[in-house]
Amino acid sequence: MKSMWAIFKREFAAYFATPLAYVFIVIFLFTMGAFTFYIGRFYESNIASLTVFFSYQPWLYLFFIPAIAMRLWAEERRTGTMELLLTLPVPLWATVVGKFLAAWAFTGVALALTFPVWITVNYLGQPDNGVILASYIGSLLMAGGYLSIGACISAMTKNQVIAFVVSVVVCFLFTISGAPLVIDFFRSWAPLALINAISSFSFLTHFMAITQGVIDLRDLIFFFSLIALFLTANIVIVDLKRVG
Amino acid sequence: MIEIAGLIKRFGPMTAVAGLDLSVGKGEVLGFLGPNGAGKSTTMKMVAGYLAPDGGNVRIAGHDVETDTLEAQRQIGYLPEGAPAYPDMTPRQFLGFIAEVRGLSGDAARNAIAAAVGKTELDPVLDQPIDTLSKGFKRRVGVAQAILHDPPVLIMDEPTDGLDPNQKFAVRQLIRAMAPEKAIIISTHLLEEVEAICTRAVIIDRGRIVADGTPAQLLARSRHHNAVTITLPPAQAPLAVSRLKAMPQVANVEETTADGVASVTAYPKDGALLIEDVSAMAARENWDVKELYAEAGRLDEVFRSITTHDAIRARESRA
Repeated sequence: MKSMWAIFKREFAAYFATPLAYVFIVIFLFTMGAFTFYIGRFYESNIASLTVFFSYQPWLYLFFIPAIAMRLWAEERRTGTMELLLTLPVPLWATVVGKFLAAWAFTGVALALTFPVWITVNYLGQPDNGVILASYIGSLLMAGGYLSIGACISAMTKNQVIAFVVSVVVCFLFTISGAPLVIDFFRSWAPLALINAISSFSFLTHFMAITQGVIDLRDLIFFFSLIALFLTANIVIVDLKRVG
Repeated sequence: MIEIAGLIKRFGPMTAVAGLDLSVGKGEVLGFLGPNGAGKSTTMKMVAGYLAPDGGNVRIAGHDVETDTLEAQRQIGYLPEGAPAYPDMTPRQFLGFIAEVRGLSGDAARNAIAAAVGKTELDPVLDQPIDTLSKGFKRRVGVAQAILHDPPVLIMDEPTDGLDPNQKFAVRQLIRAMAPEKAIIISTHLLEEVEAICTRAVIIDRGRIVADGTPAQLLARSRHHNAVTITLPPAQAPLAVSRLKAMPQVANVEETTADGVASVTAYPKDGALLIEDVSAMAARENWDVKELYAEAGRLDEVFRSITTHDAIRARESRA
């Protein structure tokens, strides 16, 4: 546990050691704001809620989260520090989880910094803050899901660009798997059980359910088991690379 | 402390390490030599627990690296090839991270870091990002990281690569000072380094050990071992060559002339000592000897004679 904490701290600090963190946070907040206020016409809607704000998040995360995750393992591999990291007396799972949690905490910081939007909506009206809190929790969970996918893919390559592009594609598939576009493709030939299974993997479906203000146990289990699944895959991939 | 038995590693069709057996005890400094691609780094990576072997095993102080990995890794200080370190961190932050991961905290961590920094003379750059350090400092950050927890086993892949002669001297002093308490393996391309600090030299080629002995034993395999060279005026050289050839212990005599001075080298049969007989002869014959010296041997020659050229090796492995 202590060594995992050390890994977490180093990884978290690494985001802030370069301009990366600041550039990321500024662009993230700016984009969030632009989508909410300009494209989402937040003011014109005259509704005191953050539904618009949260509805764009899956699509923004699609690009922002892989950008956070891509360096997690690919950079270690490229600079050779992977060899150092894996010869320290730390269980592999602790290294994988420590790195993931650091990236997740960083995402949490970026998300928390959207608080002016929350203040604005409270200033303008009386929103349901319970729903907003649930949405923030859902947003963080969804970010964790994307991150675990990105971390796993980052472990496969030493090239960050490849890690980014592949992660975006995989995350995209997970985002839209419940959308009519995908379901129609399968409907013509696949059994109903498979279609239901595929659509149940949709981040959108689970996230939107949470943003209604209801944190259903099933949605929590979905995101946590997805994270667990990809972190396990991450461990397996790193371990397989040891074999050569 | 380090026991390697039947170690095998394959990369696709190529066998990088082909059944290596080696054991290194406390107080030994083993110099790992071999051409590039001979399997030195691969072996060290397996000993440190980074690569998984395809066969055989490694035990560190009784702990199997594959099955008891963490306990084995606690015993090891490892300097990977190229001395990697996190470029955005300063040496202070980096060593702090290593100390924490290694379970050191509070005073123990501070003392360990201070000792490692002192031994590697990192003081002047402690708060500078590692990215901006010179090659010599970077290498020493790697060495400091490896010795931080005062491990009983040290595995260092080219610890003096990229250092200037002063820095090389300092790192060698450091290794020599730690040697009595530890089992140390270093890999190097510098043959003088082996003579300077190693108690034992192992040469590997194509994943196999081709020579194992003290540096003196390896030197004795050299053609130049106990060879005697005299330099004298060219006019006297032909006579000297014929006289030396007539000596029963002499196997062969070679002559070269440069800058108006002839050098005549007599190679002994079976490493016999020639120096006294040759100097007595020179006095008796009244040659104008400018220099007269014997050689201990040349390690680079031994190295070349028992290892293969990389191009040949690549051709063979493809065949």
